[in-house]
Amino acid sequence: MIELVEIEKQFQGQVVVKPLSMVIEEGEFLTLLGPSGCGKTTILRMIAGFEQPTSGNVVLAGKVVTENPPNERDLNLVFQHYALFPHMTVEENIAFGLKMKKIPKEQQKQRIAEAVAMTQLTTLTSRYPHQLSGGQQQRVAIARAIVNKPKVLLLDEPLGALDLQLRKNLQTELKHLQRTLGITFVYVTHDQEEAMMMSDRIVILNNGQVEQIGTPKEIYSSPRTLFAATFVGENNVFTSPQGLFAVRPEKLRPQRSEESSMKSGVIQDVLYLGNVHKLMVELDQVGEQPAMTVTIVLDSTDEESWQVGERIGVNWNPKDEVVIQP
Amino acid sequence: MKKKGHPLLGIHSALMMIFIYVPIVLVMVYSFNNTRLSGDWKGFTLDWYVSLMKDRHVMEALMNSLVIAVISTVVATLLGTISALSMRDFARKWKGPLNGVLYMPVIIPDIIMGLSLLVLFSQLQIPLGKSTVMIAHITFSMSYVYVVVNARLAGMGRQLEEAAQDLGATYWQTFRYVTLPQITPGIISGALIAFTLSLDDFMVSFFVAGPSSTTLPIYIYGQVKRGISPEINALCTLLILVSITLILLAQYVLNRGKGQKKHKMLPF
Repeated sequence: MIELVEIEKQFQGQVVVKPLSMVIEEGEFLTLLGPSGCGKTTILRMIAGFEQPTSGNVVLAGKVVTENPPNERDLNLVFQHYALFPHMTVEENIAFGLKMKKIPKEQQKQRIAEAVAMTQLTTLTSRYPHQLSGGQQQRVAIARAIVNKPKVLLLDEPLGALDLQLRKNLQTELKHLQRTLGITFVYVTHDQEEAMMMSDRIVILNNGQVEQIGTPKEIYSSPRTLFAATFVGENNVFTSPQGLFAVRPEKLRPQRSEESSMKSGVIQDVLYLGNVHKLMVELDQVGEQPAMTVTIVLDSTDEESWQVGERIGVNWNPKDEVVIQP
Repeated sequence: MKKKGHPLLGIHSALMMIFIYVPIVLVMVYSFNNTRLSGDWKGFTLDWYVSLMKDRHVMEALMNSLVIAVISTVVATLLGTISALSMRDFARKWKGPLNGVLYMPVIIPDIIMGLSLLVLFSQLQIPLGKSTVMIAHITFSMSYVYVVVNARLAGMGRQLEEAAQDLGATYWQTFRYVTLPQITPGIISGALIAFTLSLDDFMVSFFVAGPSSTTLPIYIYGQVKRGISPEINALCTLLILVSITLILLAQYVLNRGKGQKKHKMLPF
């Protein structure tokens, strides 16, 4: 559906996005994930047409659109702060795209009704944006985009300004909407949990560079770089003569005796989080390596009582070691 | 319980109100006073308004002022708005200096403005008349329009226009349906400022007006030198009413039919 061919972006000589090539499939939910300033929004804006790549091409549905302005690209963007038109009602906002494309009035009505129903805005159509809550404004922004039946919907941190509970509800709603509509979603977020929950594939970005592309499962179970390993979920990174490897906290096992354990250390803290609890263990220094603290996650089946200050052994299955690049 | 400020603050506000409004109220009251000699109240009359209407010189000056104000307001509003719109697309390094240049006339003393324009017109051998006054008025009021519209544009940001483009709007559609409605309040307040400035400008007009283009403030100044007549009081009262009506009208136009937050230019 979308193909990025070696696109690169520089702002005043500074590289913001390093040359990147990738294919986004039709009907896919793809997430660009990374910390702020990693270039994810710039990539999205290049796809939408608000930024010109310094070099490279954007191909949309088989057509090179690099030079086309945003109004000539068959995709829509949901802005981070919604960008609803304050002088128009909800209905006028949603109708805007259809009006610009001179869709016949009858068809406009029908499509607006569909979009309004799908986003549960039926009772709010005659309100103005400032009379709506954040969550409702978010829905209007989405309705305003999907009413155009774009091939691709781009979403720039659409839930960033909402509180946690609302966020969780809207995540489910968005995912459901994407399945129903069957259109391609390109989603930008810095929230790794959100990315894991919603995406078919995740692109992890750091400093304008792709660290890894993969399904949530691949990203979690076999991260390829140090950044990917530590940005998504918690991780324990060890150094070995062969290089770096990571072991997830839930793969580490504590044991009371230090004998025949792979590492040993002292419990610094025990954290109860309801369904799981965590042990923070400071490992004994071995040779010249600096001291490190590992996290062990235990689920509710663990009924031992671990004490702060206790010396324990730490073990894991060598098949759970994931070799990573620095 | 309502929190109360220091009692002196209340007295201060009252004194300020008196200080600002007493002179204006006095002028209004005396315009209805049935005597040529100001000072004592000798009963209510509308005579001064009637004789004002009959005074050919006053009516001529009024017409001059209105024509100059309307034309210079329209031109200054157009030019100021276009400058504000085009300044957004300039590279950042040019923005600072250009902004300064456009802002200049707001802070340049009127006397320098008037003098320099007079020098310019005489260098170019343009005869002084209504057109020179208009050019002068456009020159300074354009900057006020620019400043107001620019602030409005800066507050609006780019996102709304990007959203419009993203939804398929062309450059002109974006301007027509999004940018223009958003900056209209700024344009209207800019125009109002321009109109008021033109209507009551004395200093600059005094330098660049010719014999055929006496404006109201210049005429009033000429009259007052021979003593304040009740007709002048009546004239000032009318001018105050016109200004207030204009502002209320603009406020009404702005708020008509829109469900948005109300724009307020006056505290009432």
